[in-house]
Amino acid sequence: MDVEKFSYDNKIVRMFIIATTIWGFVGMLVGIIIAIQLYLPELNLGIQYTTFGRLRPLHTNSVIFAFVGNAIFAGIYYSLQRLTKARLYSDILARIHFWGWQLIIVLAAITLVLGITTSKEYAELEWPIDILITLIWVVFGINMMGTIIKRREKHMYVALWFYIATFITVAVLHIVNSIELPVSFIKSYPVYAGVQDALVQWWYGHNAVAFFLTTPYLGLMYYYLPKAANRPVYSYRLSILHFWALIFLYIWAGPHHLLYTALPDWAQSLGTVFSIMLIAPSWGGMLNGLLTLRGAWDRVRDNPVLKFMVVAVTAYGMATFEGPMLSLKNFNAFTHYTDWIIAHVHIGALGWNGFLTFGMLYWMVPKLYRTKLHSIKLANAHFWLGTLGIVMYAVSMYWSGITQGLMWKEFTELGILQYPNFLETVLQIVPMYIIRSIGGTVYFIGVCIMIYNLYMTAKLGDFMAEEKAEAAPLLKEKEKLRFGLMHRWLEKRPIKFAVLAAVAILIGGVVEFIPTFLIKSNIPTISSVKPYTPLELQGRDIYIREGCNNCHSQLIRPFRSETERYGEYSKAGEFVYDHPFLWGSKRTGPDLHRIGGKYSNLWHYLHMEDPVSMSPGSLMPPYPWLLSQNLDLSTTPSKINAMRALGVPYEEDYEKFANEDLRKQADKISEDLMNNGAIVEPDKEIIALIAYLQRLGTDIKVNADKTK
Amino acid sequence: MFSNNLSSIEGVSVYAIISLIIFVTFFIGITIWVIKADKNYLNHMENLPLENDNQDITILESNK
Repeated sequence: MDVEKFSYDNKIVRMFIIATTIWGFVGMLVGIIIAIQLYLPELNLGIQYTTFGRLRPLHTNSVIFAFVGNAIFAGIYYSLQRLTKARLYSDILARIHFWGWQLIIVLAAITLVLGITTSKEYAELEWPIDILITLIWVVFGINMMGTIIKRREKHMYVALWFYIATFITVAVLHIVNSIELPVSFIKSYPVYAGVQDALVQWWYGHNAVAFFLTTPYLGLMYYYLPKAANRPVYSYRLSILHFWALIFLYIWAGPHHLLYTALPDWAQSLGTVFSIMLIAPSWGGMLNGLLTLRGAWDRVRDNPVLKFMVVAVTAYGMATFEGPMLSLKNFNAFTHYTDWIIAHVHIGALGWNGFLTFGMLYWMVPKLYRTKLHSIKLANAHFWLGTLGIVMYAVSMYWSGITQGLMWKEFTELGILQYPNFLETVLQIVPMYIIRSIGGTVYFIGVCIMIYNLYMTAKLGDFMAEEKAEAAPLLKEKEKLRFGLMHRWLEKRPIKFAVLAAVAILIGGVVEFIPTFLIKSNIPTISSVKPYTPLELQGRDIYIREGCNNCHSQLIRPFRSETERYGEYSKAGEFVYDHPFLWGSKRTGPDLHRIGGKYSNLWHYLHMEDPVSMSPGSLMPPYPWLLSQNLDLSTTPSKINAMRALGVPYEEDYEKFANEDLRKQADKISEDLMNNGAIVEPDKEIIALIAYLQRLGTDIKVNADKTK
Repeated sequence: MFSNNLSSIEGVSVYAIISLIIFVTFFIGITIWVIKADKNYLNHMENLPLENDNQDITILESNK
C-alpha cells in the first residue's frame, strides 16, 4: 500500500500557546487586582473603568475564554492532527480562527471596562461580539470536522469525541443564550425576561462550565496524560462509558443553580438527581486518568508534567464531588451566594484547568522546539507554588463561605437576627480576603516562572514549524452495521457521530426547555407590577453598566433569615418586565430586591458619592462620576421601542413623550435632594440610579398599602 | 418559592419519567456494547495516541 507523505502544522499550535500564556498572565493579574479591591476598594484609583463591577467580568471572561480557550485550541490542534494522521483541513481557516479569537478577546476587554455588558454571567459580551464569536466558532468547527473527515486513521480516538461534543454543545448554548434585541450598536435586551431569562442563563452558565471547562479538557487529558506517562489509557471501555454518560447527564443539571427559585419542584429535583448521578461518570473519568499511571507512580516523582496532571485530575475529582453536594437543597440553602462557591470554582479553574494546561505546555513546548525543558527545577518550583496558592485560596474561601453562611442565618434567643447589619458579616471575613489574594499571588508567581521557563526553552531549541509524517491513506470500505460493532461503526463516521452527540445533549436541553418556555404563561401575574418608568429604565441600565449585580443579588429566598433581613421574599411575577433578570449569584454586599423606599434619596446620593459616609467601614467603592455625568436622553425612545417589541406594555407612541415623563420624575428627585441639602441637577446619572433603586421591589407593596 | 408555576401544565411529571427512562436505556445499551467490544480493537484504540510521534524527546533529560 502506498504511504502518503505530509506534515503537521506546528505553527498554529505555537500561536495558540503564546496566546494562552499572555492571556493567562493578564486574566490572573486582573484576578489579583479585584481580589485586593475587595478589602481595598481604593485600588480602583477612583477611575470608573477599574471598579470591581467592571473588572470582575473581565477576569472571568479572560480566564475562561482567553486563557482556557486558547489552551483548548492549542491542545486540540496539536493532538487532532496526530490522532487523525492528517494535516489541519485548512491553514487559512486556522489563521482566521486564531486572529478572530484574539480580536474577540481584545474587544471583550475594551467593552467590559467601558461598561458595555449584558450583565449575564460568562455571556456579558454585547451582540456584535456575540455574532463574531458565532462566526469564529463555526470556522473552528469546520476546520476540526474537515480534518477528521480527511483523516488517515480509521477510528476516532476518545479525545476526538470530546472535542466534537464540545464544538456542538458550545454552539447550541451560545446561540440560545444570546438571543437578544439590539437597541443600539452597543446595547441590547435579551428576549427572555425574569424567571425565564434566569433559567436560560443558568442552563447556559452551568453547561459553559461543562462544555468549555470540562469536556475539552477531558479530551486533552485522554491524549496528553497517556503521552506524558508513555502508556495507554487505563481502560478504553471506561472511556466510552465516561463519554456518553457524561455528556448525557451534564446537560440536565443546570437547574441546580436555581434552587429555591421559580423552577417547579420536579425540575429542581431533576437537576439535583442528575447532578448526583454525575458523580459516576466524573469519577469514572478521574479514575481512568489516575489509573493510567498504575505502575508508573515512581515517574510522577521526578516528572513535573505528570505532577501537574495528577493534581489536575485530583482537583477535577474534588470539584465534581463537591458540585453534586452543592446541588443538594439543604446544603445549597447554606452555601449559595457565599464565598464557598468562589472556592468551588477556583478548585476547578486553578486546579483542573490551570494545572492541566501547565502540564500540557511543559510537555508540548520542548517537543515543538526539539529540545529539553530549560529547567526542571523551575518547573518543580512552579508546581509547589501553584499547589500552595490553591490551598491558600481554597481554605480561606471555604472558611469565609462558612462564616457568611452561619452569620447570615444566626438568630438570638429572642428570635431576632444576631447580625442585622450586613456589614458586620463582611468585615468579619476581611482577613480571609487578604489570605485569598496572597494565595492568588503565589499561584501567579508560579505562572510567571513558567512563562520564563518556556521562553528559555524556546530560545534554547529550534522550532519545528512543519513536522514530517507519513501514513497510509484511508481505504473506503463498506461495513454493515451490526449491534456488536455499533460503536466502531460510529467512530468511523464523524458526521453521524456528531449528530448523535448533538441528539444526546439536545434531549436534555429540550426536556428542560419545554417547561421553561411554557412558564411564561404560567407565572402568576401580579396586577400591581408595572413597567419601569423611562427614568427607572435608564437607571437600571446604569446599574447594569456599573456591574452592581456582581456583588448584589436581587432575589430574596423564602427563608426566615432572609425575610427578616431583607423583607418579603421575591415572587416570580415581580420580574416579568426584567430584560435581563438581575438576580445575581453572589452576595458580597446585601440583597437589593427590597431596597426601594428603605432609605431616603439623600441617603442613596451620599452613599454613592462615598459609601463609608453612610456605612462606616463599607468596602464598596465610591461612584462619584455618577454625580457629575449627564444622563444620555437620546437613547430613551429606542429603549422604550425595544422593550415594547419584547412585550412590555408601553402605550403606542409613548416613546415620543417618554423623555418628558423622565424629566418630570428627575425634577422631583432633584427637588427632594435640594430640600435636604444636596444640590444636584436633574440631568445627572445619579438621579436615574436613585429612581431605579427606589422602585426596586416596591410594586407588591402598592396593593398592600391600598388595602390598609 | 414560586412553586406550582408549572402545576397547571398537564402531566408535567411525565417529563421527569421520560428523561430517566431515556437515559437508563441508553446507558444499559452502551454498557452492553462496551462489554462485548473486541479486544484487538480496544488495544488498537488505546495505543492510538502513542503511535508515530517523536517520542525520543522527553523533557526530563535536560538536568540529568
